Amino acid sequence: MSSAPQWKNPVIRWVDDRLPIFTYMDHEYQQFPMPRNLNYFWNFGALASIVLVVMVVTGIMLAMQYTPHVDHAFDSVERIMRDVNYGWLLRYIHMNGGSMFFIVVYIHMFRGLYYGSYKAPRELLWMLGVVILLLMMATAFMGYVLPWGQMSYWGATVITNLFSAIPIVGDWIVTLLWGGFSVDNPTLNRFFSLHYLMPFILIAVVGLHVVALHVSKSNNPDGIEMKGPQDSVPFHPYFTAKDSVGVGVFLLFFAFFVFYAPNFFGEPDNYIEANPLQTPPHIVPEWYFLPFYAILRSVTIDFFFIPAKLMGVLLMFGSILILFILPWLDTAKVRSARYRPIFKYIFWIFLFDCIVLGWVGAKPAEGHYLIIGQIATAYYFVHFLLVLPILGKVETPLPLPASIAEPVTGGGGGPGATAAKMEKS
Amino acid sequence: MWKAIKTLAGAALLGLASPALAAGGVEIPKQEWSFQGPFGTYDRAAMQRGLQVYKEVCAGCHSVGLLHYRNLADLGYTADQIRAFAAENEVEDGPNGEGEMFMRPARASDRFVKPFPNDNAARAGNNGALPPDLSLMAEARVGGSNYLYALLVGYTDPPAGSEVMDGMSYNKYFPGHQIGMPPPLSDEGVEYADGTKATVEQQAIDITTFLTWASEPNMEERKAMGLKVMLFLLVFTGLLIAVKRKIWANGH
Repeated sequence: MSSAPQWKNPVIRWVDDRLPIFTYMDHEYQQFPMPRNLNYFWNFGALASIVLVVMVVTGIMLAMQYTPHVDHAFDSVERIMRDVNYGWLLRYIHMNGGSMFFIVVYIHMFRGLYYGSYKAPRELLWMLGVVILLLMMATAFMGYVLPWGQMSYWGATVITNLFSAIPIVGDWIVTLLWGGFSVDNPTLNRFFSLHYLMPFILIAVVGLHVVALHVSKSNNPDGIEMKGPQDSVPFHPYFTAKDSVGVGVFLLFFAFFVFYAPNFFGEPDNYIEANPLQTPPHIVPEWYFLPFYAILRSVTIDFFFIPAKLMGVLLMFGSILILFILPWLDTAKVRSARYRPIFKYIFWIFLFDCIVLGWVGAKPAEGHYLIIGQIATAYYFVHFLLVLPILGKVETPLPLPASIAEPVTGGGGGPGATAAKMEKS
Repeated sequence: MWKAIKTLAGAALLGLASPALAAGGVEIPKQEWSFQGPFGTYDRAAMQRGLQVYKEVCAGCHSVGLLHYRNLADLGYTADQIRAFAAENEVEDGPNGEGEMFMRPARASDRFVKPFPNDNAARAGNNGALPPDLSLMAEARVGGSNYLYALLVGYTDPPAGSEVMDGMSYNKYFPGHQIGMPPPLSDEGVEYADGTKATVEQQAIDITTFLTWASEPNMEERKAMGLKVMLFLLVFTGLLIAVKRKIWANGH
């Protein structure tokens, strides 16, 4: 199966002898062994790469029509919406594509959490994924500023101001981000420049993510390694076909929002041009930042020598950075939640906690919302720092199947048969 | 893991189902609109009446700066009608050969002429309040078209115990309830060219339809394309599922 192909076409052979792109493609995307038991949650990596391409293509088109100047940005976006041929389509795809990207990537990440995809030997693969998430967040944040609506302006003001909490160099960093002494034209210009740059860095890191994946191969719902050819199928045609189904369903979902609810994920306030003299009643970030916004606002008292504001900022960044050390915080040797009877519930509690944080993030930080947010924030860190390290030591995992092929083909009884039933449920 | 999808879908549906609330916490009643739903289109007659309401009532204070006169073709007007409509307004042009600015009648390619030369003039003419541009009103307010309608018919006497400042009016649906705009619509306040009885409610429906179109003039094109895209994707995805099943049939 993994033997080097013999190219019959002389041109292809000539090129391949000098630059083996055909052999590479054959090896990595045709013969490449995939665990045969992957479920549809393994589609989301491919979906994320498709959204990335869609975002880059529509983004380049939009940049041809957009004017990054405080006096013209809002009007230039409306000109795209009204007068540019299919400009409304490009902008609605790009605008909703941001939300689609986060939906797909969050599902991709929670799939990794459920099936233990971050564990050895895939730690670097996971960490590169966290880098991708950080780059996505920075790109999305700066992109949201570009239409220069009220939420663009005030969101930018609130988030850039966070950096002022950093001791000594904070104010200097904020001035550097702004290019002046408030969010203004220089800020818009540099955000546009960086918003255009960052996706290309993102593509490079995605490349590393894929290289790392092709070294360690895909994890799978059983969380055990492939032991031989009976456990795997070649990427093509099996996963080109299976990923295509996911792409079709995903495009239906994407198109529904683009064509029938294009402003569903947006804020009405962003259709009002930015006005530095008028603060909107509620400043809320885009939905995909809400859990982190809730963590940021959950700290109301100073921690010894750390002021509350700085502590909030530290926790917010910490909530993402902690993912870098997750492979070592989770001490369990068994990967998949299928064979971890307690972790299975812990996972759903953690997902619920994240949804609660998102819900709190959309509410004003007062009264019972604040208290719920504080409890949810505390649990977020308890999950990583206490529950996962301890659970790995005390939990008794279920017996693992002998191989991937065993439960899939239904051969053999015992745990394999159980797993086969679970996959269908 | 399917539970995750169900949970998230449930959360999304809850978000969809919750009625839009004005800032004061008042529920905005939903109206039946010609343009709602996946097949909705703008009612041309209502838009034309709405344009008349805009011209005779709103345009004294409110601009629709993102509209060009040429956009009125969407309302069903001919090029000649649009030219005549535009020419009723004067715009500054120039400089001419002598370096002078001059006034000329507006053309179809011009933007709708604004009632005030700048924001300060608008404030000075309106008791200090700035009448907002209406180009994006249906998208820039929570509740959208339903909110615009509710606001226009929502003028009532203030409830006992609530004070209304001098020069302000009480409105049930306006955030904070005190609005600088006096009740703009009155029964028979306009005389419709097509003979429709001009009740406050009728005028509110018509102007809201007009302003919703102004906010998103490409909505009809968007929905029409969406139908084709969705139908194509449904068939295409069906084929992809069939291909996948065929391939995987001997994969196990």
